Amino acid sequence: MKIGAPKELFEGEARVAMTPESALQLQKLGHECLVESGAGIKAGFNDAAYAAAGVTVVPTAAELFAAADVVVKVRPPVESEVDMLRQGQTLISFFYPAQNKELLERAKERGATVVAMDMVPRISRAQKMDALSSMANIAGYRAVIEAGNNFGRFFTGQVTAAGKVPPAKVLVVGAGVAGLAAIGTATSLGAITYAFDVRPEVAEQIESMGAQFVYLDFEDNQDGAATGGYAAPSSPEFREKQLEKFRELAPDMDIVITTALIPGRDAPKLWLEDMVKAMKPGSVVVDLAAERGGNCDLTVPDQKVVSENGVTIIGYTDFPSRMASQSSTLYSTNIRHMLTDLTPGKDGVINHNMEDDVIRGATVTHEGAITFPPPPPKVQAIAAAKPKEKPKELTPEERRAAETAAFRKQTMNQVTLLAVGGVLLLGLGLVAPASFMQHFIVFVLAVFVGFQVIWNVSHSLHTPLMSVTNAISSIIILGALMQIGSGSFLVVLLAALSVFMAGINIFGGFLVTRRMLAMFQKS
Amino acid sequence: MDYGFTTAAYVVAAILFILSLGGLSGQESAKRAVWYGIAGMALAIVATLFGPGSGLWLLSLILIAGGGAIGWTIAKRVQMTEMPQLVAAMHSLVGLAAVFIGFNTHIELARVLGMDTVTRDALHGFAGVLAHKTPIEHSILRVETFLGVFIGAVTFTGSVVAFGKLAGKVDTKATKLPGGHMLNAGAALLSLVLLIVYLQTGSSLALIVMTLAALFIGYHLIMGIGGADMPVVVSMLNSYSGWAAAAIGFSLSNDLLIVVGALVGSSGAILSYIMCKAMNRSFISVILGGFGGTAGPAAAIEGEQIAIDAENVAAALNDADSVVIVPGYGMAVAQAQQSVSELTRKLRAKGKNVRFAIHPVAGRLPGHMNVLLAEAKVPYDIVLEMDEINEDFPETDVAIVIGSNDIVNPAAQEDPNSPIAGMPVLEVWKAKQVFVSKRGQGTGYSGIENPLFYKENTRMFYGDAKKSIDALLPMID
Repeated sequence: MKIGAPKELFEGEARVAMTPESALQLQKLGHECLVESGAGIKAGFNDAAYAAAGVTVVPTAAELFAAADVVVKVRPPVESEVDMLRQGQTLISFFYPAQNKELLERAKERGATVVAMDMVPRISRAQKMDALSSMANIAGYRAVIEAGNNFGRFFTGQVTAAGKVPPAKVLVVGAGVAGLAAIGTATSLGAITYAFDVRPEVAEQIESMGAQFVYLDFEDNQDGAATGGYAAPSSPEFREKQLEKFRELAPDMDIVITTALIPGRDAPKLWLEDMVKAMKPGSVVVDLAAERGGNCDLTVPDQKVVSENGVTIIGYTDFPSRMASQSSTLYSTNIRHMLTDLTPGKDGVINHNMEDDVIRGATVTHEGAITFPPPPPKVQAIAAAKPKEKPKELTPEERRAAETAAFRKQTMNQVTLLAVGGVLLLGLGLVAPASFMQHFIVFVLAVFVGFQVIWNVSHSLHTPLMSVTNAISSIIILGALMQIGSGSFLVVLLAALSVFMAGINIFGGFLVTRRMLAMFQKS
Repeated sequence: MDYGFTTAAYVVAAILFILSLGGLSGQESAKRAVWYGIAGMALAIVATLFGPGSGLWLLSLILIAGGGAIGWTIAKRVQMTEMPQLVAAMHSLVGLAAVFIGFNTHIELARVLGMDTVTRDALHGFAGVLAHKTPIEHSILRVETFLGVFIGAVTFTGSVVAFGKLAGKVDTKATKLPGGHMLNAGAALLSLVLLIVYLQTGSSLALIVMTLAALFIGYHLIMGIGGADMPVVVSMLNSYSGWAAAAIGFSLSNDLLIVVGALVGSSGAILSYIMCKAMNRSFISVILGGFGGTAGPAAAIEGEQIAIDAENVAAALNDADSVVIVPGYGMAVAQAQQSVSELTRKLRAKGKNVRFAIHPVAGRLPGHMNVLLAEAKVPYDIVLEMDEINEDFPETDVAIVIGSNDIVNPAAQEDPNSPIAGMPVLEVWKAKQVFVSKRGQGTGYSGIENPLFYKENTRMFYGDAKKSIDALLPMID
């Protein structure tokens, strides 16, 4: 099959869906590769580099579309590109089928198969083709770099001969892939980083990247995690609480990076105008959600604006494209993995297996029909995260109350047990003769002592405990010893056997215990 | 010597035994505790030999010495990995002795009751004790004897079966005769009826038939319990042997027997309780055998098990800063504890943080792994319990699972339909990299699939645990 990458038509888009490196790999799958002349220039790959990798360079997009069986792209196709598709041709690119209904319809009419890279299901097996994640990773990194570019100070705190420099404080809102990448970049530059997310279970990930998780005191333990590891919309009360927290943090923060997105919705407004006003002049807000309306009130998509009080708000939507070489390399690798799955035989023949969860999920049109939205995948994206029980901080009074309650309950239990036991004992005492009762009292006390003593035995010593109790239980030898001198031959024989067996047990049990204990040693 | 001296000796012996058990709260005091136990036992035997009501003390001494020699040799020779079998086998001896002593009591009682008053008064020794009892005491004595024989018989066959299963001589799967628990219940009911008959008539036949029934219960009960539940079974049998001793103590009016029997019985009961709690199983369901019914089909597992060779494991270990080793029964089977200890020593010499995570039910005995590691001279302060180490897995670079399966099964937490759902497990999968040393692709003792083996950060290191670890050793530099 021939796989072709045209030049991106979207203004300012510098990425390309095929690099010389990925082309080499594709050829190993038995495919032939084509590229439109100049497609990779902005990403740093010139035509000669492609030609050297065995890629046929085609002068125009029209020729490429005519020659290729599979067209790989970055941005969703524009109408003119869709019109160039033909029956049986496959297009692999970002597509956003939910937002681009008309385009989808058009592609269906052309009879082409469209594989949307943004629809790859989030399951472990598909991670290697998860272009959203690989692009978000770049966006998160770049967001910090852009912020640094517009921020007039160091990230790291320094004490120099020329004076003391305080460290920058960075707040990352939304700890998805982009958020985590931003946290990692900011902390490695030396900033003090805080992060917030509505999903409490990501606290661990945030802390692992070196940032502080901003906790909300919210009684109702809102769990913002929806399926697939994405965030779900939060309740109005929760949102209020969240904004209140941000308001409190705003004056202290030098850089705010917002990445909050909810699948299939406009970006939630989280950084309001008054928060921007509360920030110090020279601070920077980077809004990674600008394409979907932005998390910040003042965000203007694709632009950098400065607020009245001197806060820079960056609303670029092309962060990955700003690092075209890196993002092209990663994206083309995602594409290559997709094609590897589409070419199971490694023989250059595309086998569009609609039974495969990943391929089925990403395919939005196939054989003249719209196949979006896909059925839910057979595999759960990630194991349903269990709500994390956060130990509630109790006030001293509450704790004391709880303790007294527990104490009272314990007392009640013990008293009941004692009462029942006592009554039973008394009842028994009424019928049983005194000689029996004497022994019985000894028995009950011994059981009681046993329970008290054994609870303290250390866990690692359970085996020695077992073997020592085994040795001790051969105390039964006493019975045999008492009987051995009395009565008939049979009695003597049985008693003698018992003595013999108990003898084995005594010596064996104690010796083994000693052997075991002798081995325990401290380092 | 008179009765007073014996009683005094018994009191001292009882205190020594209590101290002996209490001393097991720490590794160091435990070494002293064993001597308390030995001293207590010696004192008790000497006091009984010279005390009232004993005879043939020379024969007794010879028998004890003979038995002791055998016990000594066995204890010297036994491998630490065979400890569970040994303990089970010794329980069976106690059970059998209890049965014999119970029968003796019965025979003597029958003999004494057959005599006239004059002859009775002339009796001495054990028979004398019996002769001075009132009729009510005689019937209580019968109940006690009956109970002693019953528990002893159950302990005997139960321990023999447990020994067979632990030693691999009997199939470890839970097997039941047709009729299952009804058979056990029937036998128990029969025993109850026989108790009443025995109380009324004192017939030997009733006692013998009951013994057979009890022997059957012991056999069938333990046959019906799977290998994975063996830690509970062994400690339960331990408890039974104690109760048997206590019952015999009642029938012989011997307080020391009662005290020690009660101590051992309650100790075994608590151990069983702790084990059951560690497996999130109720005691009843363990005893009744097999896993409880599940609510639905267990979740299917996606993915594949990826194998790895020694070279790559060694490379990962060389790079790791913190390593947690999770040993299981497989390590015991392969006798790999020495190699594991050597590996630990080498890694620690390189300044790595190496620790052991021990699940409460790892192995076939409570604390089994601790003993094996101690034998291999692994310092006990790096051997941690589940609760102490579970939180540390996310910061662990490499977790090595050696021959354990169910105790590291994430299905217990993730899959509510899994038969082991809710059982506390070691969360090894949270470590950055997990290596599982395992003989083959089979399932664990409980026979359920382990999703851990299919996780992305898990690599399967197939082969005999000892050979695998030995292969690693030269590559750790």
